[in-house]
Amino acid sequence: MSEVHFLSIDEMAAMVPDAASVTVHKGDEADVPMALAKALIRRGARGLHLITLPTAAYPVSGMMVDLLIGAGCVDSVETSGISLHELGAAPRFTGAVKSGRLKVLDATCPAVYAGLQAGAKGQPFAPLRGLIGSDLMRHRSDYRVIDNPYLPGDRIAVVPAINADVAIFHAPRVDAEGNVWIGRDRDRVLAAHAARRVLVTVERQVPGSFFDDETLTAGVIPAHYFDGVALAPGGSWPMAVDGSVDLDAVRRYQQAAQSDEGFARYLRAEVFAPGTVPYA
Amino acid sequence: MNASLGESAAPVRPEELFASVIADLLTGVRHVAVGMLSPVPGAGALLARQLGEGRMRVSILGSRAQNRWTNGGAELFDLAGRGGVDAFFLSGGQIDGQGNINLVGTGAYPQTEVRWSGCFGSAYLYFVVPRVILFRWEHSRRTLVEQVDFVSAPGRSPSGVYRPGGPIALVTNLCLFDFAKSTGRFQLRSIHPGHTIEEVRDQTGFDFDCGQRIPTTPGPDTSRLALLRGPVAEQIADVYPGFAQKIFGSPGRPLRSAPDLPAPG
Repeated sequence: MSEVHFLSIDEMAAMVPDAASVTVHKGDEADVPMALAKALIRRGARGLHLITLPTAAYPVSGMMVDLLIGAGCVDSVETSGISLHELGAAPRFTGAVKSGRLKVLDATCPAVYAGLQAGAKGQPFAPLRGLIGSDLMRHRSDYRVIDNPYLPGDRIAVVPAINADVAIFHAPRVDAEGNVWIGRDRDRVLAAHAARRVLVTVERQVPGSFFDDETLTAGVIPAHYFDGVALAPGGSWPMAVDGSVDLDAVRRYQQAAQSDEGFARYLRAEVFAPGTVPYA
Repeated sequence: MNASLGESAAPVRPEELFASVIADLLTGVRHVAVGMLSPVPGAGALLARQLGEGRMRVSILGSRAQNRWTNGGAELFDLAGRGGVDAFFLSGGQIDGQGNINLVGTGAYPQTEVRWSGCFGSAYLYFVVPRVILFRWEHSRRTLVEQVDFVSAPGRSPSGVYRPGGPIALVTNLCLFDFAKSTGRFQLRSIHPGHTIEEVRDQTGFDFDCGQRIPTTPGPDTSRLALLRGPVAEQIADVYPGFAQKIFGSPGRPLRSAPDLPAPG
C-alpha cells in the first residue's frame, strides 16, 4: 500500500549522530521510542545531549532515559525531572549525577516548553514568569532576567530557544502518504516543529490519507516534517500503544539497574541478545 | 459477613486522613490541578470534587480520564499563567521554614550526595498559582529543615517580582501547618490523631509559630470514607494503580482504554 520509504530501526539509529542534541518525551502517552533507544545503544552512540520534554518521569520514559545514560550514550541532559514515577528513582541517572559523569541542566517544565515554543517559531528566546529567586537562575547561565520593556520596574526571566538536532518519538499510526497520527498530545507536534531533524517510529501503517477524514487532521503531523519513519510494532514497550504499562517489566529493569553487573546483564539480555531486535 | 460493612468498618488509614485534610483546604476552589507523584493530593482533590457535587474541575497529570487538555503539556502552564489554576500541590525532598522547597538533592550542587528527580513545574507554578498546598509524608528533621540545600522554588519573593501565588499550607504525616505570607513562617494549625506537640517539635528542623492550644485534626467521617473507598479509589487508579491497590485495594492496573481511532481509507 505504501509509497512511504521505511527505514530499519538500525538505519534510523545511524541518523542520530554522536554529540547530537535530542528531544524525548514525557511518556504519559505511548510516545517513548524504546526500540530506537535500544538501537542507539547497539550502535554505540556517544556524547548525546538529551532534552526531556519536559520530564522523563513516567515509568517507561524514565526507563528509556536511564538505559541510555547507563549505556554511556549520554553526556548531558536538560530536564525538569527524571524518575521511574511511582516505582522510585531512576538508578543509572542518579548514579551518574553523583559520580559527576553526567552533566545536568536542571530546568522547570514551562521553561522547557517556552524554549521549544521559541524554537518552533524561529525566535531567539521567550519570556517566562516565575524562576526569579530560584537556584535554577544561579546555575543556568543561559536563563536571564530582563526588564519588561512594556512595564518599567517589572523584572521577568527569559529562556533561550531550543532547536534540537533531532526529535525522536513513537506514534500509533502512519498512513499511506507518511502522515503520522499522534492524537491529542501536542508535545510531539511541538518537538517536530522545533527540531532540525525528525525521526518517528510507528506502531503500524494504515491505508489512505488521514487528511481525507477531517475528524483526524487535528491530531496529525504531516509527512513533510519527517526525515525518517520506521515501523516498530510494540516500539514503546513496556508501554503498549493504548498507554497501559507492564510495570513488572519496569520493576525488573529497576532491580537490575541497581548494580553495574545487573545493568550489564540487562543490556546483554534485553538489548544485544539475538531475538531482541525484532524491527531491524 | 457482609463485605461492604466490613470495608466501611476498616480503620481510617493515614492516607485517607491526609486526603480529607487536603479536601478541606480546597474549599471554594474552581480548578485544582494535580502534578507528578502526587497520589494523596490527587485523592484529596477527587474527594473535594465529590463533596462539591462535581462542580470543581480536577485535572490530574498523567490521567486520561481526569484530563481535559488538548494542547500538550504546555496548556497547564499557559492556563496557570492566566490565573486559571486556583490550586496545585508541591512537595520537596527538603522544605524549609521560609517555605522554600528543594526537589533536586542534598549537598553541594551539582554533584549532590543524594539526587532527586528534578524541579518539575515548581519554579513557575509556585509563583502563579494562588493556593499551593505543600505535602510531605515523612515529617522529620532531614525533610523539614532550617534551610534547603537547593531552592527549586522560593516561598516568597521580593517586591518587583510577579508573585500572585505561593504556599498556603503544609500537610505532613504528623500535622497541618498554615503558611503566613506576611511573616514567611509556618504556623501549627492542628495535630493528627495519635501524635503530640512534643513529637512535632522534636521532628521539625525549623522554627514555627504555635498557639496555646492546638486542636486535633478532624478525620474523615463515614460518608467521606465511603467516597474515598468508592469513586475516588476507582478514579485515582487510572494514574496511580500501585497507590490505589495499596491503600484502597483497587485493581492494580491502569483503567485507561485504547483511544478509538478510526482507520481512514
